[in-house]
Amino acid sequence: MLNWFKRFVFFVCIMTIISLFGFNAYAAEGELIGAGATFPQPLYSKMFDIYFQQNKIKINYQGIGSGGGINQLIKKTVDFGGTDAFMTEKELSEAGSPVLHIPTCLGAVVVTYNLPGNPKLKLTPDVISDIFLGKIKKWNDPKIQEINKDVKLPDLGITVVRRADGSGTTYIFSEYLSKVSKEWKEKMGTGKSLSWPEGFIGQKGNPGVSGYIRQTQGAIGYVELLYALQNNMPFASIKNKSGNFIEPTPKTVSNAAKVKIPADTNVSLTDTDAKDGYPISSFTWLIFYKEQNYGGRTKQRAESLAKLLLWIVKEGQNYVEPLQYSPLPKEASDIAQKIVKSMTYNGKPILN
Amino acid sequence: MVMKSEKDTSEKRFKNIILVSGLSVIILLIAIFLTLLIASIPAIKTFGLGFFISKHWDPSLEKFGALPFLYGTLITSFLALIISIPFSIAISIFLGEYFKDGLLSTFLRSSTEVLAGIPSVIYGLWGLFLLMPITRYIQTLLGTTPYGVGIFTASLILSIMIIPFSASIGREVVSLIPADLKEAAYSLGATRFEVIKNVIIPYARSGIIAGILLAFGRAIGETMAVTMLIGNSNFLPKSIFSPANTMASVIANEFAESTGIAASSLVYIGLVLFLVTTLVNIAGTYVIKKISLEASKEVT
Repeated sequence: MLNWFKRFVFFVCIMTIISLFGFNAYAAEGELIGAGATFPQPLYSKMFDIYFQQNKIKINYQGIGSGGGINQLIKKTVDFGGTDAFMTEKELSEAGSPVLHIPTCLGAVVVTYNLPGNPKLKLTPDVISDIFLGKIKKWNDPKIQEINKDVKLPDLGITVVRRADGSGTTYIFSEYLSKVSKEWKEKMGTGKSLSWPEGFIGQKGNPGVSGYIRQTQGAIGYVELLYALQNNMPFASIKNKSGNFIEPTPKTVSNAAKVKIPADTNVSLTDTDAKDGYPISSFTWLIFYKEQNYGGRTKQRAESLAKLLLWIVKEGQNYVEPLQYSPLPKEASDIAQKIVKSMTYNGKPILN
Repeated sequence: MVMKSEKDTSEKRFKNIILVSGLSVIILLIAIFLTLLIASIPAIKTFGLGFFISKHWDPSLEKFGALPFLYGTLITSFLALIISIPFSIAISIFLGEYFKDGLLSTFLRSSTEVLAGIPSVIYGLWGLFLLMPITRYIQTLLGTTPYGVGIFTASLILSIMIIPFSASIGREVVSLIPADLKEAAYSLGATRFEVIKNVIIPYARSGIIAGILLAFGRAIGETMAVTMLIGNSNFLPKSIFSPANTMASVIANEFAESTGIAASSLVYIGLVLFLVTTLVNIAGTYVIKKISLEASKEVT
């Protein structure tokens, strides 16, 4: 009995030691750690896998959400973070020293629905805003019928489905609507979670929203373009600022970024002036500290991070489109490269 | 002599180890409570106790009130309990009295146990595919908005999830009833139903109630399946078919992306959830003690 007990205690000790060492191995030299946005995670996995094959540098990226990515970077537990929204002034000041953003690809939010026969619909900003404010309640409302003259819309109630969890998707969608509708801006505003009107259904994640829509005739909601493409869901063409109805595709989303991009890439890509750009588009960013000598980081580690980041916005862009993400336009890629080259170690540029 | 002292020290060591493990449970409990308390201090300072009577949950204005969630949690759990009680008592008596052993009994018993072990996300999925269309059909018949999700659907899935808990404890207690008690009743000319009504249920009452309370505790904290089926609407529900939200599911949904006062308010809800479950457990133990005393007096 006692022998058994001793063995058990011994076993527990060994496990503890292994797990402690495990933690050390996790931060081993030559392995970079990142965490953040879940939306680009499949793309990053693919990129990092290829990068490992080419350069033998392991990168561990965990999809914990944009907010988590920012937190982890500020706490300095990761080498880089991922976020779908540019860091706010408050977050930047919490970070202590300057944080840089580089865009890695573009994402878009589409309006998806379930109607008999799933016709292709066209929607204008006003109509979208009215539906998601709960003002248009029927599918055969004259406002919707007017822009979809060739579609016979049913006399069916609209069930609005929204994200129940805080999400970058909601952020981009509400940012777009705040730009195009004054009423939306006053009543709902922009945010990762909003106070939605009564009677809307909340579901968790893209799978939750699309799962509910699939099962509910008359439902409408918003999901990531990528998710809608992979699951063959119908989505609406949306009228952009130039007055063209644009169907969301990886290409039209990239087009939305063909505008003047500021040096820090802090730009909203919703409702841009781009003529053939889809209006509910956005960059997704990687974030990291400009000065890399912090928390006892070695120069070698800083260098391998900088090289990785440069690769992502240059060669890495070749892997974006096959996964149905939208690649950076050339101008955006050039600016991102410039930003990576501004990274320093002890004040000296890391890459020349 | 040497042998004996060696044995003494090893006995002592063993006792100490056991003591430490026992104490660590208490420390853990206190640590959880303190962590929740500390993290929720900003929200407690801002909203105070008004948190529980305010029904507005508005992340954009940073105004938070927990009444809709408190209400949602309690109403779904109670409804689930009410739906599940007849079934769990019936299963307890069936397995504990009518079919104590045999192939059918083993099969039924292991089925209930398997039900208890199914991950809650599976219940949620099953609810989405089966219960949601059924609820929607009922709603169309009643003429209310056919959401398909809401308090009713969530309570249904919860009741199915908690039946195994109350049923397995109930069965145990029913099968433990002394045979001479039942035989005495039979020899007085009681029918089987009368034996169940007058001997088995009074005798097993405490066990059955213990099972029900345990099930209630589980229903209060259940997260995933409820999140998938309740509709996550942060308003006080107007009817049994309205979409609503519970404490556990609002935390699970919003915590990952929230910061500052919003995060603190969510922890505050967590603290309340923690206290409510502790209270239910304390009340449960008290009720069980009292009733088992009465029952033993009644039968003897």
